[in-house]
Amino acid sequence: MTTPVWVPRKRRGAELFLTFLAVFIGIAAYASVGLGAEGRIPADTYKLGGALIVVAIATHLIVRRVAPYADPVLLPLVIALNGLGLAMIYRLDLGRQQIDPDRAAFANSQLVWTAVGIAAFAGILIAVRDHRRLQTLTYTFGAAAIGLLILPLIPGVGQTINGARIWVVLFGFSFQPGEAAKVCLAIFFAGYLVVKRDALALAGRRIIGIDLPRGRDLGPILACWLISVGILVFQRDLGSSLLFFGLFVVMLYVATERPGWIVVGGLLFGAGAYFGYAAFGHVRVRFDAWLDPFGDPDRNGQVINGLFGLAHGGILGQGLGQGSPQLTPYSFSDFIAASMGEELGLTGLMAILLIYGLIVERGLRIALTCRDAFGKLLAAGLAFSFALQVFVVVGGVTRLIPLTGLTTPFMAQGGSSVVMNWAIIGLLLRISDQTRRPAPEISTFDSNEETQVVKMS
Amino acid sequence: MNRPIRNIAVACLVLFLALIINANYVQFVEADSLNSKNGNRRVINEEFSRDRGSILVDGKPVAESVKSKDEYKFQRKYPDAELYAPLTGYFSYIFGRSAVESTQNDVLSGSDDRLFVNRVVDLVSNKQPKGGSVELTIDPLAQKAASEGLERLGDETKGAVAAIDPRTGAVLAMVTQPSYDPNQLASHDFDKVQAAWKQLTGDADQPMTNRSTESTLPPGSTFKLITAAAALENGVVNNIDDKVKAGSTLKFPGYGYTLPNENGGNCGGNEITFERALNVSCNVAFGGLALEIGQEKLAAQAAKFGFGTDPISGLAASPSRFTTPDTTLEPPQLGQSGIGQYDVAATPLQMAMVAAGIANDGNVMKPYVIDTVRAPNLRVLDKTQPERLSEAVSSTTARKLREMMVSTVTQGTATSAQIPGVEVGAKTGTAQSTPDRPPYAWFVSYAKDGDKEVAVAVLVESSDTARDEIAGGRLAGPIAKSVMQAVLGS
Repeated sequence: MTTPVWVPRKRRGAELFLTFLAVFIGIAAYASVGLGAEGRIPADTYKLGGALIVVAIATHLIVRRVAPYADPVLLPLVIALNGLGLAMIYRLDLGRQQIDPDRAAFANSQLVWTAVGIAAFAGILIAVRDHRRLQTLTYTFGAAAIGLLILPLIPGVGQTINGARIWVVLFGFSFQPGEAAKVCLAIFFAGYLVVKRDALALAGRRIIGIDLPRGRDLGPILACWLISVGILVFQRDLGSSLLFFGLFVVMLYVATERPGWIVVGGLLFGAGAYFGYAAFGHVRVRFDAWLDPFGDPDRNGQVINGLFGLAHGGILGQGLGQGSPQLTPYSFSDFIAASMGEELGLTGLMAILLIYGLIVERGLRIALTCRDAFGKLLAAGLAFSFALQVFVVVGGVTRLIPLTGLTTPFMAQGGSSVVMNWAIIGLLLRISDQTRRPAPEISTFDSNEETQVVKMS
Repeated sequence: MNRPIRNIAVACLVLFLALIINANYVQFVEADSLNSKNGNRRVINEEFSRDRGSILVDGKPVAESVKSKDEYKFQRKYPDAELYAPLTGYFSYIFGRSAVESTQNDVLSGSDDRLFVNRVVDLVSNKQPKGGSVELTIDPLAQKAASEGLERLGDETKGAVAAIDPRTGAVLAMVTQPSYDPNQLASHDFDKVQAAWKQLTGDADQPMTNRSTESTLPPGSTFKLITAAAALENGVVNNIDDKVKAGSTLKFPGYGYTLPNENGGNCGGNEITFERALNVSCNVAFGGLALEIGQEKLAAQAAKFGFGTDPISGLAASPSRFTTPDTTLEPPQLGQSGIGQYDVAATPLQMAMVAAGIANDGNVMKPYVIDTVRAPNLRVLDKTQPERLSEAVSSTTARKLREMMVSTVTQGTATSAQIPGVEVGAKTGTAQSTPDRPPYAWFVSYAKDGDKEVAVAVLVESSDTARDEIAGGRLAGPIAKSVMQAVLGS
């Protein structure tokens, strides 16, 4: 008697349908930008749209081939965001060049970076056939994370842009290694914690009612995290320090299942925030701009302009190409959420936030259903850091929290961000493919009794 | 490890809910207050890029928006710019707006609540929102006559004309000279706008001031109409044939000062009729009457004609004054106030209201310049209903005052305003301010012909005319006459 085996549905057809929908959103956005800003659909819409469809189908086919059981919703969600982001960057190019024709256009390079990102996505799916193999490289990824973070500090390679020394310029391309470091760090945390989680959770002394882990268990991970955050503070990258801290605390919590880590993390964050406010002028400026942006309109022009843009958009938005998002400094990168809010309105911004929310939800679902601890931790860490990043950047732009520099995933202009976020989606799809794949058939011994039993008599 | 992951999922949900609620707060709750903040270029740009409605006079635009090829899509244009500038005001990217452009901005820009349905229709049909139009009460012929009248006195002339329909308060003409060209300020070439603004605000002649509503100057002898009204209303004089004290000077017991007549002459005897006193503008008579009436009653009479109130809605205006508040006048000062000197100051519009009140049986109507407000589809949204400001004098008193004003035109100082076959009443004024500057020439009048009525006040602050030639009747009278003729169509 064989028990009926539950075979997950692959749902690749649904993914293809959703992908077409997502591609349509991108192309329609591009066309309406041209219609709104210049009164005509851009001449290359058909060419660009065709290319986009080809790339989407190719991506879909790769997933179908190498990760047939992967989550079917993530890829379309990401394509929709990426398409919207590209259309908005093109729109902002038009707007900014209307003010000053000499300003650089970003849409084309962003398109190239998107292609690189999709290639990285496909590359990870093809190269990493089983995410558990990454666990064997735990310490390599830890070292890589620190190495990547140090890169911008090396004279000649690193570059300070807008007060933050987080850029690397190689062969004329600028890149933020911090984005890649985030993924490496997540893999390191996951790999390390999987091994040490029992020791961290159980071994150790109890001091004033708190179970403290042994130094040799907590030490390496604490050191790695401290170095990372130290470097980031040194580079004045507030957003990333916050992100890395959150990633660290949450993964520790998931691994040890002890809520005390969240409490400790929260207290440490409070202390750190207070120290940052007291010690660093640039933190204080951000904080004051958050509490009362109109107190100093000249200095807080960016935040104020972002708010003006959001208010100008109102409920239904000005329409793509018909607002004035170009008036806001960095409307194409840090403040692209405000640009979306202005032209797509509250409705559009909420839709975008829901897409982000769905991505996080799919990521956490993958973590829940994942059968191995490493994959579970990695998926949970990546999904949470994604949520935290969206919260910090969109919350900063909409004055929910003080502004810290972080990119809006898949939408903001910036090569490293787009590439690394595609890579993250690649990792998540890989884990989900492993998770949903039916367990390999184990040949049962009782299937052919005759050959099994040898009568000796 | 699933329990912590579930908890994290809840935490992420909270984060996203916070973002969405905050977005609703900023884009919905706080949006209006953000949109109305200073320096919000988006709102200024949007207003500038809108098809703003026209300001019309007799169906023809005096301010309109025409398509432009630059980023603002529309350019505000003012045909007959200088003629209508005091009414239209300007619409400038840098310096905001003034006059009707400012007070009727909601309608003109299309953001008025009454245009809500239009905006929704525009939104659904994806059309650019369009502003409504505003029709002024101005009679273009009267406006032109007033302006040409001032121009005839020479390029250097400073002055103003205000004409209203006594029965409704509708402003029929409102002219100021020198005026300015609002097109200069509406330009999209901001350097030029800056330069024009600097030049206009630096001009000592203040071309951007609407002299007929904003500049208060001593009304001189035209104020005698109010003194006369107060005398009749308070029983100081009962009939226009009653004798009043006249002569060549008015003495104030206990004070060294004496009030002379204009040019030091005699009023035609030591006792003349009340009517005659107005005809010849006898200072001694009206100074004496002011003393008899008393400060309180004279001030009350002025207030009934509109002194001390912001008389007109829709335009910048200064209230006229009988005296500075809380001042008790000494007898010489009261005497001077009775003939429109000392601290008395009035706008041409206020003096036109005095004539209009007398012409309208004592009822002063609230002046207005906005006749109708229309939606972009020309549907009438609002039509101004005439509103009574006050009953300044009884109809009996009004009739007596009219008789005196008419005889001033037929046989007094205001003969320059005679129009054959038409009832014209008037009062002249030549007001002194400081000895080093020429006197102000005033002319306050009304005319009735069949179903047409008009009240006009003319002020000539300065002109090319020689000093000893300046007199309200000679300088300002012909201008008032031409405006009255334009309105009456005779």
